[in-house]
Amino acid sequence: MKIYRIHALICAGGQCISAGGDSFESSLKKELQATDLTEEIQIVETGCMGSCEMGPMMVVYPEGIVYVHLKPEDAEIITKEHFLKGRPVERLMWRKEEGTFPRLEEVPFFAHQTKLVLRNCGLINPENIEEYIARDGYQGLAKAIAGNDPKLVIEEIKKSGLRGRGGAGFPTGRKWEAAYLQNNDIKYVVCNADEGDPGAYMDRSVLEGDPHTVIEGMAIAGYAIGAQKGYVYVRAEYPLAIKRLTHAIKQAKQSGVLGQNILGSDFSFDLEIRVGAGAFVCGEETALLNSIEGNRGEPKKKPPFPAEKGLFNKPTVINNVETFANVPVIMTKGADFFQTIGVPNNPGTKVFSLAGKVTTTGLIEVPLGISLRKIIFDIGGGIPNNKQFKGALTGGPSGGVIPASQIDTPIDYESLASLGSMMGSGGLIVMDEDSCMVDIAKFFLKFTVEESCGKCTPCREGTRQMLAILEKITSGQGKEGDLEHLEELGKIIKQTSLCNLGQSAPNPVLSTLRWFRNEYESHIRDKKCVCNVCNMTSPVKEAKKNVRQKIAH
Amino acid sequence: MAKINSLEELRKLRDQAKESMTARSGEAKVRIRASMGTVGIAGGAREVLKAIIDELEKRNFHEVEIIEGGSMGLDKEEPVIVVERDGFQTTYGKVQPEMARQIVAQHVINGQIISEWVIARNKQ
Amino acid sequence: MSDKKSLIEKLHDIQDHHPDHHYLPENEMMTLAESDRVPPSKVFGVATFYTMFSTKPRGKHIIRICENQTCHMAAAKDMINHLQDLLDIEIGETTADGLFTLELSSCLGMCSVAPSMMIDEMPFGNLTYEKIDKIIQQLKGGTR
Repeated sequence: MKIYRIHALICAGGQCISAGGDSFESSLKKELQATDLTEEIQIVETGCMGSCEMGPMMVVYPEGIVYVHLKPEDAEIITKEHFLKGRPVERLMWRKEEGTFPRLEEVPFFAHQTKLVLRNCGLINPENIEEYIARDGYQGLAKAIAGNDPKLVIEEIKKSGLRGRGGAGFPTGRKWEAAYLQNNDIKYVVCNADEGDPGAYMDRSVLEGDPHTVIEGMAIAGYAIGAQKGYVYVRAEYPLAIKRLTHAIKQAKQSGVLGQNILGSDFSFDLEIRVGAGAFVCGEETALLNSIEGNRGEPKKKPPFPAEKGLFNKPTVINNVETFANVPVIMTKGADFFQTIGVPNNPGTKVFSLAGKVTTTGLIEVPLGISLRKIIFDIGGGIPNNKQFKGALTGGPSGGVIPASQIDTPIDYESLASLGSMMGSGGLIVMDEDSCMVDIAKFFLKFTVEESCGKCTPCREGTRQMLAILEKITSGQGKEGDLEHLEELGKIIKQTSLCNLGQSAPNPVLSTLRWFRNEYESHIRDKKCVCNVCNMTSPVKEAKKNVRQKIAH
Repeated sequence: MAKINSLEELRKLRDQAKESMTARSGEAKVRIRASMGTVGIAGGAREVLKAIIDELEKRNFHEVEIIEGGSMGLDKEEPVIVVERDGFQTTYGKVQPEMARQIVAQHVINGQIISEWVIARNKQ
Repeated sequence: MSDKKSLIEKLHDIQDHHPDHHYLPENEMMTLAESDRVPPSKVFGVATFYTMFSTKPRGKHIIRICENQTCHMAAAKDMINHLQDLLDIEIGETTADGLFTLELSSCLGMCSVAPSMMIDEMPFGNLTYEKIDKIIQQLKGGTR
């Protein structure tokens, strides 16, 4: 019996024939002769294959590839590509149902992402610790303990180049080292989950989708610096995150990866949750520590830094949720692996909440150094309704705007700072041509004025004065000199405020002034809001008095 | 869950857990993962889950395992439902209660996917 | 010392014990001050610093509607106005039947489904007038 390399079954049912099936068949026979393949390829006529609306059709074995809607001219390419070169012709193949579905990783939204922090989110049940363990969960902690030397952990984190993901980008390894070097029996690890930047919800998503990665990261930090206790400070506005984290801590303790004698070693580390009560300023680390201690969330002067004197005056490492979520990955896969992602001096990824005037909003994780253009157009699908991209806000109320002219800026700590903005915690709000930049700046400033703790004068009074000027400008009552006044006030507030909230409060105003000064000018000189957002004839709203100052002083 | 007393035990548990994540638990022929992050819930994920459970009850189909998870981040498509069946993982987006009932009837029980609502499909 | 509940948690507890009014009665704050041996001004100072605490009785359901950046861009103002009209109260006020208190909130982190709000611990996104009407109706009827 003759052995053929390929069997090509052509449907010779009535409908396929009437649709031109036999002319395809003769065409194919001709091609096979021309390419000398008649000895290797057997053509078999079969009865009706059943899927008449797809005819003329042919099934090629051994692969079982189904070609549909065949025309005589298709014979040439099938012979040349598939039979000769072994490359099936995809465009002639049968596709399941209506179209071929992309794999999840091929969907444009996901294709450009690199998931380290979000590696488990959406893929596991956060209330089942076994699913976390199945995906290498707690291997990082195991490795740390097995090394028998906290210094090794510190070195690995330093080597990775991980920088604080809460906004400032301070080298995490250095922070841990500073706490490690303190001579004290009692030390603490604190996680800042008080995510308050408008537009930012990265931390909440991690806590809801993969709480164990934070628990593991904190335990590793505890081992590294010599702490036995940790606190996670979560916003009260995140009840689901609190619920999932509570459950995860309980399971972790039951499983022996948290609490006394972790994994049978003599390292013990306990974790507790502290719930906030609605104060943005508690995202500032010293204010947060004050809040855990049960006080008003007022910041303290630095130095001394928390690594030296933090919670209850003991050495404390305080890091953001996202920072801790990176730690198990670094310990499991190694600092060298971490360095392969991102760009020099900015290794790893950053999680952003992509929101505003962009087609596909959502939570994304991208390697540092990626361009803003790629984020907005490749991942986000561009600006809806055919509008023009105007600018993107990063850093929330402490940040600034990246204008359209700078869209090819790489997203890294230094580049953003040089443009007058900052990385921030990860809120990325996209604006189109209909967004008024003065209105945006005013909005952020209003937020800061309301959230100011009231302790220091430059922030408490200065930001209110800036807001008053902006209210006048956006009501058609701006005058010459207002812009210079804003800039001067901004400079003073930045230089003299006690904490980061005040020091960065003027940023949105200064940044929009830098890139969109003409919009401010047209509000003042022409009494016109080009985007038709500001009501230029409304009475000036009196800047809301900061509630807290009434009680404190 | 039992206490893990050594690094070796952790490793063993990982290997076991990995296996059980891809295999079905007991009778389950189908696994449904419901995205239950705050964004999904804000978009109606709880009502969708209720509809799924109700439809399964109505049709007396019990070879199903339902798991509530976090969000994948594709907020625009929330509520998201993933159906794991026949070696494939099909991700449906913008699911509403009525659609969920159809997905149960057609896909979960009869193995026929509803292409208009599919965002992605992966081999498991 | 760190294992005891902090003042903030104790205040949360007191407030949670008043599910119909979600507030901190003055006498209970004084009792707390005594038992914790701290000056009443400290307790009051903390209670008034944090926006989630209230020293005045509120309604059974606290509606927190987001007015920050992304929601602002998605016409949150219209939703806020609609709620004010529907419930016949202003921001910060409670309905006459004691069912609802309307408050503005800072970012709830539901930016991708803006405009959004939270009622107690339930999140609601993609708000429209109809959706809001339905939700309020269901809460009034106790079907949620």
